[in-house]
Parts: sequence; structure tokens; C-alpha cells
Amino acid sequence: MYKYDEYDQTLVDERVAQFRGQVERRLAGELTEDEFRPLRLMNGLYLQLHAYMLRIAVPYGTLSSRQVRKFAHIARRYDKGFGHFTTRQNLQFNWIKLEDTPDILAELASVEMHAMQTSGNCVRNITADQFAGVAADEIEDVRPWAEVIRQWSTLHPEFSFLPRKFKIALSASPHDRAAIKVHDIGLGMTRNSAGEVGFVVYVGGGLGRTPFVGPMIREFLPKAELLGYLEAILRVYNMFGRRDNIFKARIKILVDAVGAEEFTRLVEQEYAASADTAPQVSEDEIARIAAFFQPPAYQRLPARDPAHDRARLEMPAFDRWCRQNVAAHRVKGYAIANISLKPIGGIPGDASADQMDLIADLADRHSFGEVRVTHEQNLVLPDVKIGDLRALWQALDEAGLGAANLGLATDIIACPGLDYCSLANARSIPIAQRISERLGDDERQRKIGDLKIKISGCINACGHHHVGHIGILGVDRKGEENYQILLGGSADQNASLAEVIGPSFNADTVVDGVERIVDTYVALRTPGETFLQTYRRLGPAPFKEKLYGEAASGAA
Amino acid sequence: MEKPPVALLKNGQIVADGWRRVGDDEPLPDSGPVIVSLARWQREREALKARANEARGSIGLVLNSDQGPASIAGDLAHLDLVALDFPRFQDGRAYSYARLLRERYKFTGELRAVGNVLRDQLLFMRRCGIDAFELPETANVREWLKAFEDFSVFYQRATDKARAAAELRDRRPNRKPEKAEAVAGVWSY
Repeated sequence: MYKYDEYDQTLVDERVAQFRGQVERRLAGELTEDEFRPLRLMNGLYLQLHAYMLRIAVPYGTLSSRQVRKFAHIARRYDKGFGHFTTRQNLQFNWIKLEDTPDILAELASVEMHAMQTSGNCVRNITADQFAGVAADEIEDVRPWAEVIRQWSTLHPEFSFLPRKFKIALSASPHDRAAIKVHDIGLGMTRNSAGEVGFVVYVGGGLGRTPFVGPMIREFLPKAELLGYLEAILRVYNMFGRRDNIFKARIKILVDAVGAEEFTRLVEQEYAASADTAPQVSEDEIARIAAFFQPPAYQRLPARDPAHDRARLEMPAFDRWCRQNVAAHRVKGYAIANISLKPIGGIPGDASADQMDLIADLADRHSFGEVRVTHEQNLVLPDVKIGDLRALWQALDEAGLGAANLGLATDIIACPGLDYCSLANARSIPIAQRISERLGDDERQRKIGDLKIKISGCINACGHHHVGHIGILGVDRKGEENYQILLGGSADQNASLAEVIGPSFNADTVVDGVERIVDTYVALRTPGETFLQTYRRLGPAPFKEKLYGEAASGAA
Repeated sequence: MEKPPVALLKNGQIVADGWRRVGDDEPLPDSGPVIVSLARWQREREALKARANEARGSIGLVLNSDQGPASIAGDLAHLDLVALDFPRFQDGRAYSYARLLRERYKFTGELRAVGNVLRDQLLFMRRCGIDAFELPETANVREWLKAFEDFSVFYQRATDKARAAAELRDRRPNRKPEKAEAVAGVWSY
């Protein structure tokens, strides 16, 4: 993975010093809270319901074991002994004291980490396919380009006060695991007819209160032109994005208002006009960065490991975990092991300090010291020998990390919701926990099959409910926490937005509603049909009928 | 509305401001450099140019944050100063305007930040080509000047002379990339 040199380290150290000064000015009363808010937000520090929350950037979801151990240390020393992995592949601490933050940032800087641009109206943490570099189906590793974008966007003098936050995601596989079409900019690695590798560019996707699947504005962008083109998009947005209404300030509103065609024209015009000054990445520099992402020293291994095959036969629980949580690696004899942070009835994305220490140790022992964070709030050990999987699983299982539910009904995305967040209308976490308990029987969830349930506690959609196969949105109805159910969303290469199925449920009935939808799907599916396929074939009517009775489906 | 008093920061120090902001309905003074609105410039362009030609005062223009520089690209030869208004910290349009004025339209006169100019934005402003700053009169200038020194490393080229980290790096190999022995492909596990 990327290693800081003196320049990277100096910049992060200087940022810590700058923030220390800002906090001192606040504590001394030289800055009012109103003046301090934008400064702390630019360093990922939010004031939540009960405490400060610090969001730490995990660039493109890649962590070293050393960094994971630092998280564990911070969790113990400055928080309540746990951390929370987010849908932007970041980590949040929810119980932070303002006066501790400069020291926490200094601790992070000592392991090449920071909290820059994890909030504020700027380019946020760059996200990418969590399997980058090891996926069997990728065109090329996108991590070097994600790092190039991270550096370019860090403290960018022109684009630090955009109309609204700005999120960029990259993917290099035909199977999009980074949800690029629901980002402000989505970059998909692709090949043109001449066989050259570049990017297809999507702009103006997003969730929140006005969800859009982003239109394509460039079918093929040569890699060398990436930063110049991004700068053109950002400049058009910075100058023309709406600033009169926070709810209409994202780039998706601009793209929708002027139309994708006109927006494309504006970008191409700006790009052509800035040809002389557009930022370039030299071949030397991209080669320097790419060198950090060379494959580790893999051993030459046979494709199969007889002891592993035997263990799967002998231990059904291990077999289930392999089937569900292990993905194909591009290198013979290796596998990608997913660690579910969704134990049955647990809090999605939470990890205790002890669990983080254990995961760091396991990464050192089995995966060249590297850990990835997924936008679905799970962790990944990307480079595990097939013969090591059994030992890995046993260690995880003993620590409560052995849930064999990746991609299943209990692998739920949930935002922090009203338990923590000052924006939320309703709690998300307890709903996720109760759905998980309801559907968590091993046999039952395996029979249900792949199912993405996503829960947001308010319309800002941090829990991605619009792209859940089943989405749940917390709403406030006359002071009561209520939940809308949406069906049919997807964030992959065939992205679609879920539709509200009908009147909302309360906290008691929403779990029954979800169960009824799942049972309806199981009853109506043809052999091998996924939830999404069934829903797209039959539409909402049969689900409405089961939820609200005949009259409702007739009216639909 | 009464404008709060300001101090002008230029070249690292507080200097006397020889320019006068003239309201749209105010008569032009007989002499002395004036800063006018875009509307007044467009309305009284010839009079202002004549005044300048008679050496009675240079012309400066203030752009509000919803007034992009494309509209004055052809006028820049007549202007010695462009003031960019930052009405509130969230409104970052003028950062783009500043870069366009310098990089695309090659404006070499004074580029002045006015409005809600904040200490923690000075460095970004300078990097985008702004070379004069109207500070609140109460600002502790010595403290504010430190903001220009907050960072010595920059990841991107902008309008100032600072070179990006990528142009400065020592590219001796950090480590020898280890050769991947293994065979790429799709394997079951």
C-alpha cells in the first residue's frame, strides 16, 4: 500500500498543527462556535447528539495492520472501546472530547492517517472497489489512480468551498462493487476499441433526498487526462452549482437541471479552454505511486488444498463461511476473505478495540498485513492462502467475527441514526438488530439468498436505502419514529432506485413488514431467481397485497 | 448598510488603500482610483475610460460572487484592479474566478479579496492568485499572517509559484517491487 514520503508526512503534520491552533483559539474564546464549525468540519469533527464524533479517512478503504492497531488504541484511550466503520469506508469514533482531538490527530499522523475532508463542502474521502488489486475480474488496479485523486483533492485551494460535499468513487470490474453510478463522480475503468485502458465517467448520481443514477458524460477518458477532466467538472460545479438552497446544492441537481447533454458540453468546453493549465500526472509520478501497489510476494501454490477441502466437508459451519464470505482471488492458491461486521443482532459496522487488534494480528499472519474496509461496512483480508482459511475462520469465530452472512439478509447497512446523529428522524440500529434477529437463522437466510437491506434514519440517506433491494427510511410522523419501506433498488452496474411501497410502519411493525416481503419473494420466485429479478418481473403489486391487503394492490 | 471598517493586507503588510469604492448612485470623484460595480462599469464604461485616459484615476471593478469573469474578459486591459467578493465562507465561487482571471485571461493587476475574508482562507486565496486582502480592522495581523505559513507542502499546482509535491519528490525506488510469481486467473477456493 501507499507509503508517505517526507512531503506527505509534512503536509499531514502541518495540518495537525493548524488544527491544534484552531482548537486553542476556540477553547480560548477567540473563535465563536459559528466561526469554528467550518474549521472543525474540514477535519471530520462533528458535534452529535451526545458528544463529538471524529471521522477518520481511510483512503479507498485500505488499511495496514499498524493503522488498525492505532484505531484500537484510540478507541480504548479516547473513546468507549469501539469504533464504527462507515459506508464511505471510513472509521468513526462517536464519543470524542474536543480538547483531545489534536492529540488524536497527531496519533493518526504517526501512522500516516488523517481526518482531512471527511466532512465539509469539499472533495471527500475517495472510495474504490474493496477488492482492487486482487479481484479476479478487474481490468487494472485502480488504487494508484485513487491515490492520485486523493493527493490532488487534498487541500485543493479552488475546490475547498464547493456548493456541497463531493464524493468520487472508482471501480475497475464489470461487477461494480463501489456503487460508482450513485456518486457525484463515478469512474469506471474500461478499455476502448484500441485496447487502451481509461475511464468511463459518470456524473451527478447520488442518494439523499433527491436520488439519481448518474448519467455518463464521457465514454472514454485516457488515464493521463484524469485530473484535468476532474478539474473541469469541479470548476463547472463550483461556478454554477446552486448555493441558495442546501437541499439543491449537490452536483446531481445541476446536472438534472441543465440536462446531461448540456452539462457534458459545459465540461468539455471548460476542459478544452484549460488545456494549457490542466494538471498532469507525470509518468514518473504514476509509476512511483503504482510501485506501492505491486502484488505482495505470493507463493506459488496449487489451485486446491486437499486439507482445506476436507475441512469444508467435515465442518459445515466453516463450509458455510467459505461459501458466503470468501471470494475468488486473481492468484492461484489464494482467496479474498470477508470479515462480516454484522453479527446476528449486532450493530452494523461496529468493531471493538479487542476485535480490531485481533484483525490486525490476523492480517499480519495471513494477509501481508493489509485490511480493506467495504462500503457495506465489512472488512476484508485480501490475500489469504486457501490453506490458511480454516485457521483464520476459527480465530474470527472465537472473537464473534465469524458470521457467515456476507451479502445475505442480515448483512444490513445502517446509518448511526437517532442513537447518535443530530440529523436523524428515527433510530436505524435497533431496527437493523431486530431484522437481523428475525431473519438470522443460518438455514433460513441461506434459503432466502442474496438480499441487500439498507436502513437510513433520515432522508439524507447515509444508509443508502434508495439502493437497497429492501430499503428502509426513518421518518418522523407527529413525533413518532416511523419507517417507509422501499423496494427494488440496486447500486451495482445495473443501478436502480427503490420505490416506496406504501404507507409507513412504526418501529414495532416494520420488522413484520420486512419479513412479509421476504416471505412473499420466497413464495413467488422461480428457481434461481434473485429478489431483484423477482421484483423487476412482478412489480410491486404482489408485495403490496401481502403488506396492505387486496384493496391496496388493486389501487396500485 | 454601513460597511465595517477594513484594513488592506498586501505583500505581507497592512498598507494604505489608495482605492475608493464608489456606490452606483454616488458621483465619481474628480480624481483618484475608483472601484465600481459591474453594472456601473457596463453603464458608464466610456466615461470611466475617458477619466482614466486623462490620468484622473485608474479603474477597478468588483465582481459579486454570482458574476463570473467571462463577462469582463474583454475589458481587463482597462482595469488595474478586480475585487472579488466573498459574501460568506461557504461561497467559494470566487476561488475559481480568481484562477480564471489569472490563468485564462492573464490579468496582471491587483486581485483583491473583499467581503467575509477569514484567516483560515487566506492561503487558499493566495494560491488562487489573489494578492490583496481586505481584513476586518480588528484582525490581529501578526497572527493572520501566520496563516500563510500553515503549509509548506502542496499537492497540486495552482496560480501561485508553489510547486506541487509530485514535482519535487525524490523518485529513487522506495522498494523493489516484488515479482508476482503467481498466475493470474479465476480460481475456485
